[in-house]
Amino acid sequence: MIAIATGLFLLIRAPDVEYFFVAGYTIVQYVVLATAWNILGGYTGYVNFGSAAFFAMGAYSTVALATFANQLDDLVPESIAPLLHLVFPLSIPVLIVIGGLVSGVVGFGMGYLTLRLRGAFFAIATLALAVVLQTLVVNWEFVGGSGGAYVVRPGEFPGLGSYMQYLFALMMGLAVLALVTARTIERSRLGYGFAAIRDDELAAEASGVPTLRLKLIATTLSGALMGMAGAPFPYYIGYLQPQSAFGLEYAVNSIAMPMIGGTMSWVGPLVGTLLLGTLQQVANVTISSAVNLLLVGLLLIGFVIVAPNGIVGLVQDRLWTRSRK
Amino acid sequence: MEVSFDLLIGAIVAGLLLGGFYAAVTAGISISFGMLDIVNIAHPGFIILGSYIAYIVNLEFGVDPVIVSVVMLPVFYLLGTAIYQVYYLSFEKRGQESLRGLAFFFGVLFVTEVVLLLAFGVDYRYVEAPYIGPSLHFGPIDLPLRMLVPCLVALTMFAALQIFITRTFIGRAILAVSQDQFALQLMAVDPVRIKRIAFGLSIATASVAGALLIIIQPVEPSVGREYIGRVFAICVLGGLGSMPGTLIAAMLLGVVESITATFYGPSWAPAIAFGFLLLTLAFRPSGLLGR
Amino acid sequence: MDAEQEMSPILHVQGVSKRFGGFVALDEIDLEVQPGERLGLIGPNGSGKSTLVNCICGTLQNETGTVQFDGHAMDGLAAHERTHRGLARSFQLPRPFPSLTLADNLCIPMLYTVHTRSGPLHADNIEARCAELLEMVGLASKAHQKPRDLTQVEMRKLELARAMAAEPKLLIADESMAGLSHSEIEDILALLMRLNESGITVILIEHIMTAVMSFSQRLAVLVSGKKIADGKPEQVVRDPEVVRAYLGE
Repeated sequence: MIAIATGLFLLIRAPDVEYFFVAGYTIVQYVVLATAWNILGGYTGYVNFGSAAFFAMGAYSTVALATFANQLDDLVPESIAPLLHLVFPLSIPVLIVIGGLVSGVVGFGMGYLTLRLRGAFFAIATLALAVVLQTLVVNWEFVGGSGGAYVVRPGEFPGLGSYMQYLFALMMGLAVLALVTARTIERSRLGYGFAAIRDDELAAEASGVPTLRLKLIATTLSGALMGMAGAPFPYYIGYLQPQSAFGLEYAVNSIAMPMIGGTMSWVGPLVGTLLLGTLQQVANVTISSAVNLLLVGLLLIGFVIVAPNGIVGLVQDRLWTRSRK
Repeated sequence: MEVSFDLLIGAIVAGLLLGGFYAAVTAGISISFGMLDIVNIAHPGFIILGSYIAYIVNLEFGVDPVIVSVVMLPVFYLLGTAIYQVYYLSFEKRGQESLRGLAFFFGVLFVTEVVLLLAFGVDYRYVEAPYIGPSLHFGPIDLPLRMLVPCLVALTMFAALQIFITRTFIGRAILAVSQDQFALQLMAVDPVRIKRIAFGLSIATASVAGALLIIIQPVEPSVGREYIGRVFAICVLGGLGSMPGTLIAAMLLGVVESITATFYGPSWAPAIAFGFLLLTLAFRPSGLLGR
Repeated sequence: MDAEQEMSPILHVQGVSKRFGGFVALDEIDLEVQPGERLGLIGPNGSGKSTLVNCICGTLQNETGTVQFDGHAMDGLAAHERTHRGLARSFQLPRPFPSLTLADNLCIPMLYTVHTRSGPLHADNIEARCAELLEMVGLASKAHQKPRDLTQVEMRKLELARAMAAEPKLLIADESMAGLSHSEIEDILALLMRLNESGITVILIEHIMTAVMSFSQRLAVLVSGKKIADGKPEQVVRDPEVVRAYLGE
């Protein structure tokens, strides 16, 4: 898979059109988000409406650390300052790891509080979490409050040309990581446990599956991946406002892409993202972003009613019926 | 920070009035989630729809928003039954309510918001009515009619619902279906029909709630989302399906929100409801008066 | 093995009560099961049999009383932990995992109970055990199909097989025979007998009296949440109270 990713990267690089990287970044970012959502949603059966929260936590960790780096000399006693200057500003891969850790902890915490309850309560709690975190961030002046924060993007990255290409490459790496993680889980003992929980949690418990523990693993892992996707975002966008980090499109797309693509396998979110993602990029440019979101919403409703297992499910059914003839 | 007594009293009173309104907003969820176990997170979307309908009619014909909402009751009721039918056929029957049902309602909420956005844009809309503006004064207490009238209407609607559920046959059938579907079938009552009626009723309340909302505050499409947390917080805190509990929880939330807004500023308001919700879910999911 | 250990029951239920709101489902139930015993549990519908099973296995938490299994107190332990200790049950209304094949359905207890208890299992080992179990209940031909393709009767067999897959010390079979033909009942009985002969304690919950009588060494009767009889099957079925409440009319 790494080979395919590298190949794709070089392919996109060839025409040297900056726009491809910009648009491609968003799509690849959604691959990570959709795959992460699916680990908790599709595999384990627990719906997360607050994907934006985990994404934003990653983004704001970066902003906080970047602001800290900028104000280092004002905030820290002189003795330590030179030492810290060696470390800060942190490189993006490090920021990604930190973003992942922060969001993972948030996921764990929230899971601990709410996973003992029914799936419906968990879903509502994720909504609540997103709003609470957004309110906290809006009121936190250090990261810019409601006004937003600027994060300056360096102009160039040695060896690769524009910084955007670097970000894109990183995001592709993350996507590969997410997809490989999902695929590994799917075929592992953990994956079986998730499936049992999704199918019938009570029976899973009776069969010996430690449901709470597995659910916590799923929530933490899913949250961490989303946080990792969010960490480079401030550099990508340059100016981060809470409304954009916590935007509704993250919640909707993280759900719509896996559900339309297919929730039962790692391929589903990928298919869903590529389809919906490209559709949206086109729609954004040709129609309007509001209509584009409307289409996503309608597609979601349509697929949920008609094709519960998504596109991958439809294809699998076709192949299965064909093999029986 | 000095806590002025007058300010505190004012905040509490405002909170109670707000709480009455919140009770009306939550009534629908008490039915659909509390009694029917349907997580209709799209409910606030219907409330906003009600607000915009009241707005248009008020703008074009000058009709009082409350009257508009009453006239629209049957329309919303039918809308509710239609949606339940889709929900039932697609999900409940197949036993897949959890994941797909949630995604379905989320989609409905989202589509409603975007449609309103496309139709009306992001500007705040408000209605005109003779009671928006003047206030009653009782000593240190101000009762803005803008808040008082919705509160009274809300409480009336709430009381009417309570009477309907406890005194009429269909109302009691709804209570029964929430507790024991099988027993209902034995009495030759079709549970699906009862649930459909109940869900229609819950959406009908959104019509009134929407009109009241736009009297109290200006409305734009994304306001619905703020209310998701409030509505579920109140419903859970009050104990699922318990109407009296819902009322108490609504008042409580209204007062806490009001006091926070008065002394700490309005930007913390959204977090209050959702914070309440998280805390309740974490520590006392059966609510104050839960079953 | 000293004499004291030989006499202590493998399952000891003491004073267990369970209410649902105002409704008392179980009222101070006392029950002892000896290791290797075959206990039959009968009673009218709604008498609390399944509730008792749920409380023993941890699916529900009892309000009063204690449950002791294999010398350990089970109170507060989650259902999956009790399964790890060797308690297994089938559900009265079958609850298969719909998205998994039959073979995979049996994999779950193996991966999460046997694996936890005795160490990692090799993939071939798991496959072999699954095939063996499916063979025992007569579902081997459908190993790679999904539960939705099964008849009600086959689902009950799958339910039983899944409980067996957890390699329990005590197996509770909750109405596994409803709707089976005479010869199928014989097959299941033979299966349960074989399990019992290999040392597994079995609690059989059934309405089919012929099966219960031929299988049980001891019989307990539950009516309206209370245990009204507990003893040798021949004596219990002649008990006037049992006849009145359940058998007679």
